[in-house]
Amino acid sequence: MLLALLLSAAVVTLTLGRSYVPITDVLRILLGGEVPGATFTVEVLRLPRTVLSILAGLSFGLGGVAFQIMLRNPLASPDIIGISSGASAAAVFAIVGLSLTGPVVSILAVLAGLAVAMLIYGLAVRNGEAGTRLILVGIGVSAMLQSLISYVLLNAPAWNRQEAIRWLSGSVNGARLDEALPLLTTFIVFGLLLLSRSRELETLRLGDDMAAALGTPVSRSRIVIIISAVSIIAVATAVTGPIAFVAFLAGPIAAHIVGANGSLLLPSSLVGAVLVLVADFAGQFLLPARYPVGVVTGVLGAPYLIYLIIRVNRTGRAL
Amino acid sequence: MAQGLTARALVAGYGDALVLDALDLDVPQGRITAIVGANACGKSTLLRALSRLLKPKHGHVLLDGKDIHKIAPRALAQKLGLLPQSPVAPEGITVLDLVGRGRSPHQGVFTRWTQRDDEAVAAALEATKTVDLANRAVDELSGGQRQRVWIAMALAQETDLLLLDEPTTFLDIRHQVEVLDLLHDLNAARGTTIVMVLHDLNLAARYCDHLIAMTAGRLHASGTSEAVLTEETVRQVFGIGSRIVSDPVSGRPMMVPIGRHRVDTTPAQNEAMEAMGQ
Ligand SMILES: Nc1ncnc2c1ncn2[C@@H]1O[C@H](COP(=O)(O)OP(=O)(O)OP(=O)(O)O)[C@@H](O)[C@H]1O
Ligand SMILES: [Mg+2]
Repeated sequence: MLLALLLSAAVVTLTLGRSYVPITDVLRILLGGEVPGATFTVEVLRLPRTVLSILAGLSFGLGGVAFQIMLRNPLASPDIIGISSGASAAAVFAIVGLSLTGPVVSILAVLAGLAVAMLIYGLAVRNGEAGTRLILVGIGVSAMLQSLISYVLLNAPAWNRQEAIRWLSGSVNGARLDEALPLLTTFIVFGLLLLSRSRELETLRLGDDMAAALGTPVSRSRIVIIISAVSIIAVATAVTGPIAFVAFLAGPIAAHIVGANGSLLLPSSLVGAVLVLVADFAGQFLLPARYPVGVVTGVLGAPYLIYLIIRVNRTGRAL
Repeated sequence: MAQGLTARALVAGYGDALVLDALDLDVPQGRITAIVGANACGKSTLLRALSRLLKPKHGHVLLDGKDIHKIAPRALAQKLGLLPQSPVAPEGITVLDLVGRGRSPHQGVFTRWTQRDDEAVAAALEATKTVDLANRAVDELSGGQRQRVWIAMALAQETDLLLLDEPTTFLDIRHQVEVLDLLHDLNAARGTTIVMVLHDLNLAARYCDHLIAMTAGRLHASGTSEAVLTEETVRQVFGIGSRIVSDPVSGRPMMVPIGRHRVDTTPAQNEAMEAMGQ
């Protein structure tokens, strides 16, 4: 069902836009054919954008829900607790400060993401549970990193700054197909690694003790999960910028759709992709002005964040 | 080489605080063992150390002569099950799904759910009388229903050794007795070795073959309920006076506590209380 939703969203973004290209033409172009007047639109303008949106969405959705399940808290998604900010800070510094591009930026982003994950983990996780303390520490770390990003930006030359700001708001404008390859590779490698831990992740939802009693090697699983999820998120962040709240929203939305039973990894990943596609499309064509995708998802995510904080405050637990 | 689950000079705790103090234990195989003791004396810690959840600082826990920390986690989980003291179910998860997770040690990374798994889950639901709850959400059940569901999950794991931390808390008296009967049946039918922490001394004495009384991280006494459940031991372990009479139902020892009030001072009891120096 989610797969069908994703396919139709992809079809919509490929056929609709400034001009309408019938689906038959789109298919012909994708298979290498020429359609006068439409080939450029689809191949250069739309296809890279759609592909990148899907990959980024899949990545954010998967990495986000892995964290939420592992730490048993929907607020513990990487974009709330500062891991995405860590990756962003490193990427901004690399792009603006060091004028780097390509894989080096991704690698730096991954390393920074992992460093932040370790830091928050060391500071705040007790018995594998992400309580209020982790959320607070994470939000604090996130704020610190944001000011670091502002500092780097203020000291950057103007032409670099423009590019960095656009990137920071999370955007697939000017997407190129060659950017998709590292994203795809990371997603496949670490996605499979995460999926192979899916059963263990499910036992971790029952608490560390229960997980261990069910034969899950708790610390080892957790390390594999953290490294995989952070890598996926950080590489996607390095390419598209931190698209606000996709990692945070995808899991809970998927849980609403497929129910609490069974693994949420794949559903959440698909929901992430649909979210990015739809939000980008809305940002381009449905709203009065053109907005980067991150602005649209940001508007969607903020109310949910507030709702969750109120609810967690009231009941003390969630997910 | 020793068979079954044993602990040798076991020292374990949290951070720098040591809870278990050079403890030696042989769990009698194929028997029901009950652990009793005051709050915070280390009962849960002992179960955690026995089931690999806590790494010993010194000493060993051995299963059939092999250090449990040298056995692969999944292989161990096929032999030894544990129900922790207050497990928390994820929001919205159904009974059927939760009980099914008891099967996870029997499943490989990508292996599918099998007929065997179905049978184990069905048997566990049946035994705990939770069949009717199968499609309800666990977090919407009463405390007692929930407890039975957790026990069902532990049963679905189908281990030869089952450790349970206070399996009867939250249960009304009828369900307490039902759970203990159920564990007794399991022991009789499959020879499952059972170790459980219980707070009700009388039910412990009635249902166990072997009773262990703990104080401050050590075994204070262990043996048959007749040997362990004495007025002397109750005073040393719980710091309270008591009378031990014979349980009219089972013939096992039964403890009647003596507090400061509501003590009907007939001559016999006066005598008993004087004997305890009160
Ligand atoms: N996770 C933990 N971290 C630190 N200390 C702990 C932890 N769990 C238990 N303790 C401490 O270890 C000691 C023994 O606790 P344990 O849970 O083993 O007691 P218990 O005999 O099971 O008590 P109860 O009857 O209340 O369940 C207590 O002093 C307790 O405060
Ligand atoms: Mg306890």
